[in-house]
Amino acid sequence: MSRYGSTTAKNPREAAEWSAGRVIRSNLRAVVGRAYPRVISLAREPSWLFFEIFLPFLAVSAFVFVYRALDAPEDFIGFVVLGGAMTAFWLNVVWMMAAQFYWEKDQGNLELYFTAPMHLMSILAGMAIGGLVLTSSRALAVIGIGSLVYGVTYDVQQPFLLAGVFLLTMIPLYGMGMLFASLFLLWGREAFHLAELLQEPIYFLGGINFPLRAIGPLAGVVMATLPLGVGLDAMRQLAFADSGVQGVLPVGTEVGILAAMAVVFLAAARMALGYLELLARREGRLTLRWQ
Amino acid sequence: MPDEPAIHARGVTRVYKAKPDPVTALGGVDLDVQSGEYFGLLGPNGAGKTTLIKILTTLLLPTAGTAKVAGFDVVTETAKIRRVINMVSGGEQSGYGLLTTREQLWMFSQFYGLANRQGWRKVDELIEITGLTGQKDQKVRTLSTGQRQKLNFARGMLNDPWVLFLDEPTLGLDVAAARDLREHTLSWKAAAPGRTLLLTTHYMVEAEQLCDRIAIVDRGKILALGTPAELRRRVQAESIFRIELDRLPHNGGINVIGDLPGVLSAVRVDEEVADGAASDRVALKVALADDSALTSVVTAVAERGSHLVGLAKSEPSLEDVFVELVGRGFGDEDGEESAS
Repeated sequence: MSRYGSTTAKNPREAAEWSAGRVIRSNLRAVVGRAYPRVISLAREPSWLFFEIFLPFLAVSAFVFVYRALDAPEDFIGFVVLGGAMTAFWLNVVWMMAAQFYWEKDQGNLELYFTAPMHLMSILAGMAIGGLVLTSSRALAVIGIGSLVYGVTYDVQQPFLLAGVFLLTMIPLYGMGMLFASLFLLWGREAFHLAELLQEPIYFLGGINFPLRAIGPLAGVVMATLPLGVGLDAMRQLAFADSGVQGVLPVGTEVGILAAMAVVFLAAARMALGYLELLARREGRLTLRWQ
Repeated sequence: MPDEPAIHARGVTRVYKAKPDPVTALGGVDLDVQSGEYFGLLGPNGAGKTTLIKILTTLLLPTAGTAKVAGFDVVTETAKIRRVINMVSGGEQSGYGLLTTREQLWMFSQFYGLANRQGWRKVDELIEITGLTGQKDQKVRTLSTGQRQKLNFARGMLNDPWVLFLDEPTLGLDVAAARDLREHTLSWKAAAPGRTLLLTTHYMVEAEQLCDRIAIVDRGKILALGTPAELRRRVQAESIFRIELDRLPHNGGINVIGDLPGVLSAVRVDEEVADGAASDRVALKVALADDSALTSVVTAVAERGSHLVGLAKSEPSLEDVFVELVGRGFGDEDGEESAS
């Protein structure tokens, strides 16, 4: 009977022996596998056009009109549009990275991830890459529409550096999301309150709608903790090179900070995940749906 | 190591922290399941079946004891175990509703390390085998419960597991869907003899149909273990026959039968006679010390003017075995799944 095929290995011992190359390839496949539903959702759920482009555009518009009413420099309009686009990434990190494991647990996916022959970091990386692709399209739409409607002009003298800073910002930002994914699962429902609690302060401290330098000494705290704020400040310096508004630190320094944050957040995410898995197996309450 | 058991457990204990007192879900389980064997854990909710599966699938650590799957330790060799096992649970809602059946299976094939093309090939093969061809491009969230469970079953087959854990796989399915799934399980076994199955269920028929051996579990302990026939024999020392007569014997009725040597008891069970209301036919349940006493029963009723119209040996069901061992039926559970 050939239905269901037959295993290629002679016995389970042989089947369990994987070369280092196979382990790496399997983990990379898991990354692609987990990114897939996020990327495909672009085409499957067109409602995002309204909720994630039109509504953020309205939020950006409010600040545009405030700045225009106050006769603020025209560059501020561009700052707000760029900040509005970056908000999409923060929301993606909070709700589709940090909270994801909690939802995956409820669906019963988490225990399948635990028992699959891959590292959970691959799942998180897949979620991050899929989320990045998904959110980039939304962010680009916000920038495109905002720039067109409000006549934003950019002065980009180093486009590759700008693209590099954007990508570099995404690593610690999503690294933070990967870290929060484990922490949210550990903290349970309180984590959602914490996420909601953090939302407005992050908009404020991240300088989403104004040049970060305006908050004075608090900007130092941002430089030490928030990849979103650091990256946004650097990107504004690169996208509006001719503006009179200075960044908190030179771009080179901010790039260094982002690189350091990338290492710290990814390492912390890895450690938190290890602790989560240990706790899940020891306590039995993190992966089992009814516990 | 061909003689190594697929599953080996010694003194496996699992205690959950709970208030006011800790809950012991498993109290020192010893178990060996041989390679190629289909093994059932039969017990009510709260018996500890799911806890044992979680330990064997590396989701939980045992509080005490040791366990190995395919020769690998569940505490220290989790990566190796995960390469040769898979698990399917009843009522599973895994995956993502916006994906199609085909996409969802492919996604899981990537988690199990299958190469892209190999993954798609395997997915299409399993879709055909499980009868989901009509739903292959349908979004997962639109599938019926039965189709959904077929999908879960196909997911469990993606990596050709050597040891498959099925945790209440037919829970909530209608009769036809449950039967379909059981047939798939048997086909899977037939395709490669080395495959091992650990099934938890509280459906007796399912355990009997699928399993070579069964352990009856309650309150974290294995109460009995053996083939279905061995378990039945365990609770029935005597032979029980159902005898149907065209009328009651003269001169003493069924008491005559009860007094015969080798007859332990004889009870009238008229409600079991299909056309009892329309004739004088009677049905008796007769317990004998052994089968040889049957001859004297048949002779005695014939001498008293009755004729034998039906004779069948009654086998105890697994449910009888369970009730005998546990002291209650499945419907009288007082355990709680939260402890399992």
